Amino acid sequence: MPVVTEERGGPAQPLLSIRGLTKTFSISGGMFGSGAAQLRAVDRIDFDVLKGETLGVVGESGCGKSTTARVLMQLIAKDDGEILFDGERVGSSALKLKEYRRQVQMVFQDSYSSLNPRLTIEASIAFGPQVHGVPRAQAVARARSLLARVGLEPGRFAERYPHELSGGQRQRVNIARALALEPRLIILDEAVSALDKSVEAQVLNLLLDLKEEFGLTYVFISHDLGVVRFVSDRVMVMYLGQVVEIGEADTLFERPLHPYTAALLSSMPSLDPDRRTEEAPLAGDPPSPIHPPPGCRFHTRCSFAEPICAEREPALYDGGPLQRAACLMLPPGSGHSRAPASMEPAHG
Amino acid sequence: MVDAVMAPSSVSRAAEAAPASTEPLVRVRGLKVTFSTGRQRVRAVDGVDLTLARGEVMALIGESGSGKSVTLRALMRLNPERRTKVEGEITVAGEDVLALGRRRLSQFRGGEVAMIFQEPLLALDPVYRLGDQITEAIRRHENIGRSEARARALALFERVRIPSPERRLDAYPHEMSGGMRQRAMIALALACRPRLLLADEPTTALDATVQIQILLLLRELQRDLGLSVIFVTHDIGAAVEVADRIAVMYAGRIVEEASARDLIRTPRHPYSIGLLKSRAHGALAKGNRLVAIPGAPPDLAALPPGCAFAPRCQLAIDACRAAPPPAIEVGPLHTARCIRTAEAAALAAA
Amino acid sequence: MAVGAEVPALDATVPTTPVAGYWTSVWRRLRRDPVAIAAALVLIAIVLMAIFAPYVAPADPYRSSMLRRLRPMGTPGFPLGSDELGRDMLTRLIYGARLSLFMGVTPVVLAFGIGSAIGIFAGYLGGRINTLVMRTIDVFYAFPSVLLAVALSGALGAGLGNAMLSLTIVFIPPIARVAEAVTTQMRSRDFVEAARASGAGALTIIRVHILGNVLGPIFVYATSLISVSMILASGLSFLGLGTRPPDPEWGLMLNTLRTAIYVQPWVAALPGLMIFITSISFNMLSDGLRSAMDVKQ
Repeated sequence: MPVVTEERGGPAQPLLSIRGLTKTFSISGGMFGSGAAQLRAVDRIDFDVLKGETLGVVGESGCGKSTTARVLMQLIAKDDGEILFDGERVGSSALKLKEYRRQVQMVFQDSYSSLNPRLTIEASIAFGPQVHGVPRAQAVARARSLLARVGLEPGRFAERYPHELSGGQRQRVNIARALALEPRLIILDEAVSALDKSVEAQVLNLLLDLKEEFGLTYVFISHDLGVVRFVSDRVMVMYLGQVVEIGEADTLFERPLHPYTAALLSSMPSLDPDRRTEEAPLAGDPPSPIHPPPGCRFHTRCSFAEPICAEREPALYDGGPLQRAACLMLPPGSGHSRAPASMEPAHG
Repeated sequence: MVDAVMAPSSVSRAAEAAPASTEPLVRVRGLKVTFSTGRQRVRAVDGVDLTLARGEVMALIGESGSGKSVTLRALMRLNPERRTKVEGEITVAGEDVLALGRRRLSQFRGGEVAMIFQEPLLALDPVYRLGDQITEAIRRHENIGRSEARARALALFERVRIPSPERRLDAYPHEMSGGMRQRAMIALALACRPRLLLADEPTTALDATVQIQILLLLRELQRDLGLSVIFVTHDIGAAVEVADRIAVMYAGRIVEEASARDLIRTPRHPYSIGLLKSRAHGALAKGNRLVAIPGAPPDLAALPPGCAFAPRCQLAIDACRAAPPPAIEVGPLHTARCIRTAEAAALAAA
Repeated sequence: MAVGAEVPALDATVPTTPVAGYWTSVWRRLRRDPVAIAAALVLIAIVLMAIFAPYVAPADPYRSSMLRRLRPMGTPGFPLGSDELGRDMLTRLIYGARLSLFMGVTPVVLAFGIGSAIGIFAGYLGGRINTLVMRTIDVFYAFPSVLLAVALSGALGAGLGNAMLSLTIVFIPPIARVAEAVTTQMRSRDFVEAARASGAGALTIIRVHILGNVLGPIFVYATSLISVSMILASGLSFLGLGTRPPDPEWGLMLNTLRTAIYVQPWVAALPGLMIFITSISFNMLSDGLRSAMDVKQ
């Protein structure tokens, strides 16, 4: 079922352009929500999602990746920043919210709670198109054809209820539901994490097939680094609400620029019983996002930290042709002893 | 000093343990566990044989419905008594677990065998400080004074590498971070110096950087204290980091058992091979697809008569579907329940 | 043949016989509950008795005879005795079912409609609107129901209509609270988020996704209020704030027979017994319904 994509900006235009996105939560709120402490779940992040790519997003608890996903979906309102979809600002007259929602869809982690237990599978999938004006008969037909496409025989599955299906089957239904609106971008928030390993592989294959067939763009959030490397073209690493590194997948995995990325990657269990990990790359737990460390947020656990790191917040810097990382060791003249010497001629 | 306090009773009981050094710590033969829920009877574990030597770490790998958690719980008789029927033989440290009386079972749990769980928040009492929970556990098993118990609790916290242990003893579980709570739970489990530690997916809910810390801690404890561990997980990577031996379970049976090295290098059961091959790892070129096992884990209430994996196995022949395959020895200390291990070997090499 | 290289493989574990929908399975479970069935039968009998009162009752409920006052049970012509004005108790009890049931069920039905609407909208919209609405509701909820009913009834004046109105107002806050709680819970479920993410508006989401999941629990709670409503209504009648004599209504009958308790205690207690039986049956049916709906698949 080929999809007509409404190209606005052309192939070079990023599909999603995020600038300065911020989301803050108040916690221990008073009666009307005025809180004592502020939690900067997402703190002025910038990144692009290119057309036709899969952007992997990794990070540990408190890094803000799930919050980012929900803000991108406009399920929670952003506090600051700009979201441009194919060059248009979301919510502007050129791109109303409802239209944006047709083009961006999400698949959640919990396959069971993502489906209304009182609706049949078919009805759940057909709901989205009907909201956008597709007549019922046509929406149902589309639902059935999508069920077939995700590997669930419509005759057997269309009239069933979610509780009759296994986790893997439900997740396929969720994927079909996301596709029903013919979106251009799908955000997968730990979409395969709750599945058994053997089923996970099937669903990943399905996602890759669908991406090719429908010309989709994916944002793939996961804590499983192996899976992220496999599916992603580029990978973004988040820590405490900020982007610490973003770059081409293989490059990032083989030569991480940011110390956190390096630590995260070496935390992956080795699959070699003769060469086991001897030392944990990072000690302690990720700090609480309520009171993040000053300056570079990672400096409290970084083996390369120096006093300058507590004072200056690093910005994303081009460390290589396809790689950017936010670390003071990269920009020349940053003040860190490991940074390359400044290129500017000495004054005076 | 810390180690002297921490050493399991096996070391202090070295005298009486003289001939036991070669005898396995855990011996399970023909374990069958059946749950009756209303009208349905489900056989969660169907004939499991397990042997664990002292100081050894074994990992039980499997997906949902494999029976790995049920097997683990059976070792401490933690399955709900009324609905569960346990058959077979379970011997831990020379004691017949299934024949233990109430009092002896109570001492056994914690004193000989202890368990850590996936979610510490559910296992730790939220209204008591951690130090109190540990001292209470110690004093229930041994007749020592409060200050001595507290000193042991402090030593335990140091042993599991909780920073500022003195202060943390007075903390409540919700005040600690995930990794810290897991360490606290390990400390609680080790409080009465058990010989066997059972771990039920202890790192599944943890972040990657914390997971590796806990896995290394478990290895360290095993090495320093001579602790034996049975570790249940669905993550092969975690199993390889910690385990000496790995047993793969499917639909209530152990389908392959080998040393960690042998299982990774030369798997012989089609299911193990499928699991290993379906792992996404970076070496796969972009644009390829994963080699996935078709189908889904079976419904335990409706198992096929022959090999439970046959419906999903590409090597299955009629003989496979006729009767459950016996355990074939395919190498030193390496068994697989499959009648086509030679073909499977060819598949693995492909 | 490479495993998994072709069309994504099917899972083999779909049951071949279609499993019933939710309400069918609730009905089946209810059918197997002996207590609920017994309660339902009792209620059906009472309702039928009320509907066909003119055909079932032996005498005229309004015909009094001062000569035959307060006869005991078993008197010829008065199987359950006679009341303080010589009217046949059995007939009065049968006709009384009409008004008592009506006063029990009507306020709850009205409150169910109004309270659910308030609660569901407050629950779905969340935030400040929720706080505003629910705290206002809480003000009413803070009053003990009897006190509130009496106060409202007293203010509005005696009479059936006013009693219904005041009882409805009494029951709106608890139903609204339950509705809000259940809706808030549903609201955070992923499928509601997914529905929002597909661009649906609030009304559509409430209609398609929330209502089906939420009306069940609210309904069960509401049915448990029917017995309370009956008792409150009887209480109002007892105090002279509900139905007026000579209309037969169990609560009113209890009032007028008050002084007869020394003369014919068994006869005087009969209206109370009817209230008791009916309330308990509603309660048990409501409980049975709740258990039947509670089972997680």
